[in-house]
Amino acid sequence: MTTDMRINAALLVALVLAALGTVMSARLLRAVIGLAVTSAILTVLMFRLDSPIAAVFELSVCAGLIPAILISAISLTQRLTPEALTDRKREKLKRYWPLPVIVVLAAVALLQVHLPLGFALPPASQDQVRNVLWNQRHEDLLGQVVVLLGGAFAVVVLLKGSRHER
Amino acid sequence: MLSLLILVPLAALILLNLPLKEALRKWAFPLALAIALAQVGTVLFAPSSLRSASPFLEQLVSLTLQAGNLSLVLLLCIGIVMFTALLVAKPMIQGPRPWFNFINVLLISLIGMNGAVLVTDLFSLYVFLEVTSVASFVLIAFNRDRDALEGAFKYIVLSAVATVLMLTAVALLMLMAGGTGFETIRLTLAGTNANLLAKIAVGGFVCGLFIKGGLVPFHGWLPGAYSAAPAPVSVLLAGIVTKVSGIYALVRLATSVFPPSGPLNHVLMLVGAVSIVVGALAALGQSDMKRMLAYSSISQVGYIVLALGCGTELAVAGAVFHLFNHAIFKSLLFVNSAALEQRLGTTDMNRMGGLGSRMPWTGVTSTVAALSTSGVPPFAGFWSKLIIIIALWKAQDYAYAWIAVLMSVVTLAYFLVLQRKVFFGKVSRELAEVHEASFALVFPAVVLAAITSGVGVLLPWMLDSFLLPLKTIL
Repeated sequence: MTTDMRINAALLVALVLAALGTVMSARLLRAVIGLAVTSAILTVLMFRLDSPIAAVFELSVCAGLIPAILISAISLTQRLTPEALTDRKREKLKRYWPLPVIVVLAAVALLQVHLPLGFALPPASQDQVRNVLWNQRHEDLLGQVVVLLGGAFAVVVLLKGSRHER
Repeated sequence: MLSLLILVPLAALILLNLPLKEALRKWAFPLALAIALAQVGTVLFAPSSLRSASPFLEQLVSLTLQAGNLSLVLLLCIGIVMFTALLVAKPMIQGPRPWFNFINVLLISLIGMNGAVLVTDLFSLYVFLEVTSVASFVLIAFNRDRDALEGAFKYIVLSAVATVLMLTAVALLMLMAGGTGFETIRLTLAGTNANLLAKIAVGGFVCGLFIKGGLVPFHGWLPGAYSAAPAPVSVLLAGIVTKVSGIYALVRLATSVFPPSGPLNHVLMLVGAVSIVVGALAALGQSDMKRMLAYSSISQVGYIVLALGCGTELAVAGAVFHLFNHAIFKSLLFVNSAALEQRLGTTDMNRMGGLGSRMPWTGVTSTVAALSTSGVPPFAGFWSKLIIIIALWKAQDYAYAWIAVLMSVVTLAYFLVLQRKVFFGKVSRELAEVHEASFALVFPAVVLAAITSGVGVLLPWMLDSFLLPLKTIL
């Protein structure tokens, strides 16, 4: 195993640990920080795997924008009392204790399977990415605009009405 | 011109939400209704115009869309069910603001479904399925009560699992094929001799579609979502959303993208048969009408997947015909349930009885839908089930053919229970004042009953123009 591969493997392990921490955290804020850390590690991996444009998207959206939105939403909620927090920790542990075991078992199983992953795609240039996004995939772009509109209506329907009612 | 099926609802959505929206709000309902009717009219009377090119539109936005016979059947179903859901929503959604929001989300759902049945690329298919799912989350949770939010949450969680599976599959297929177009993937998969990675990718995508289609054992979200959603949303979900999200995509991919494969066909037949049995037996034990109809949906969708797995031309034609029929008769049954909910405020069948004399239109149309679902002649459901059973028998899948026949009897049994509990017997004193549902609920019920009866009676005349051309999707 080369040094490069060792570093990538270590980053993958860190990625899985950060993701586990995110899911198993009892505090919402820590879960969001865990999510940001997971995305940051993924960004590093993408850079190392010659996908700088995907890495920039990951860093700006998943490690930056989404945690910022989640934190602003959490700031509107009430803090848990120490007793409620203890209960929540216990409940989380009870519910999610098999998760690390499943992750380890899945890793062992994947090590045994030799997938025919002999693909060597050349890294995409900035022009190619721009061309694909803006000139070749109009239907996807349109679909994504409609998904955003759907998200906006979700907020209007599910949250705005509640505020009026209160 | 196909792009108009996406661009017109999108333009309507933007127009309705311009700063002038207070003045435009009253036009939302007629506009949405006109769009749905125009879709039905165009597919029925001028399908060739949809396939013609428009240089102006192509300059404006270049979408790669295609409408084969299968897509046209689905576009027709989408238009009919959308029209029905809008009419049902009129008396059921209270207040101008929720009503306006509802129409907007319905238009988003229309864009998602039309896009999904027209695209020719696996990633685009995924994008439009997500558009449909996002609209469905909002629609299921529309009432914002505990049951609705729980139903929507279950759907979100299982949809997220489906998303992971489908995205992973798209990534693997793109690595192998170098693109995500249907034709590129078909040619690559045909040349890979089904290696392990191809099997994982195809298996992952198909599992994702099983979840979206609510097939057993991935059906956990479906009964809760159907029963907790507002009545017009139940019509939409049961009538068309799960058909487009799960079943259409499955039919399209299994018949024209993924290579013919023994194991995939066996899996489809097994999942279809298990869904038929589990759905029918679970429906038998329900006392809530909407939950019973939800389990019935699982069972009927099982017939479609079973026929698809059989894979012969006749079986696939039967599957698509049953898909069309199910969209019509299941929408009708949910319209009937909305009518009962409007007058009684509940869908608990134990609190009903003798309503046939109080709500004659609802009673008669519900009987038509129940008989069609159970496969009783001369209704449309009889013909599609007959075609499926004949196709299974001819393919020597005798065990599956017997399951299909026996479960039709079980279907008839639970619908007889429904009819007896709701419409027959003596009317109780509390229900003595109940009268027929409003025109907005009776009218779509009569139209849908006329379609399912008309298609059944006129089938010999429609064989050449409707059913046999379905084979060309192969």
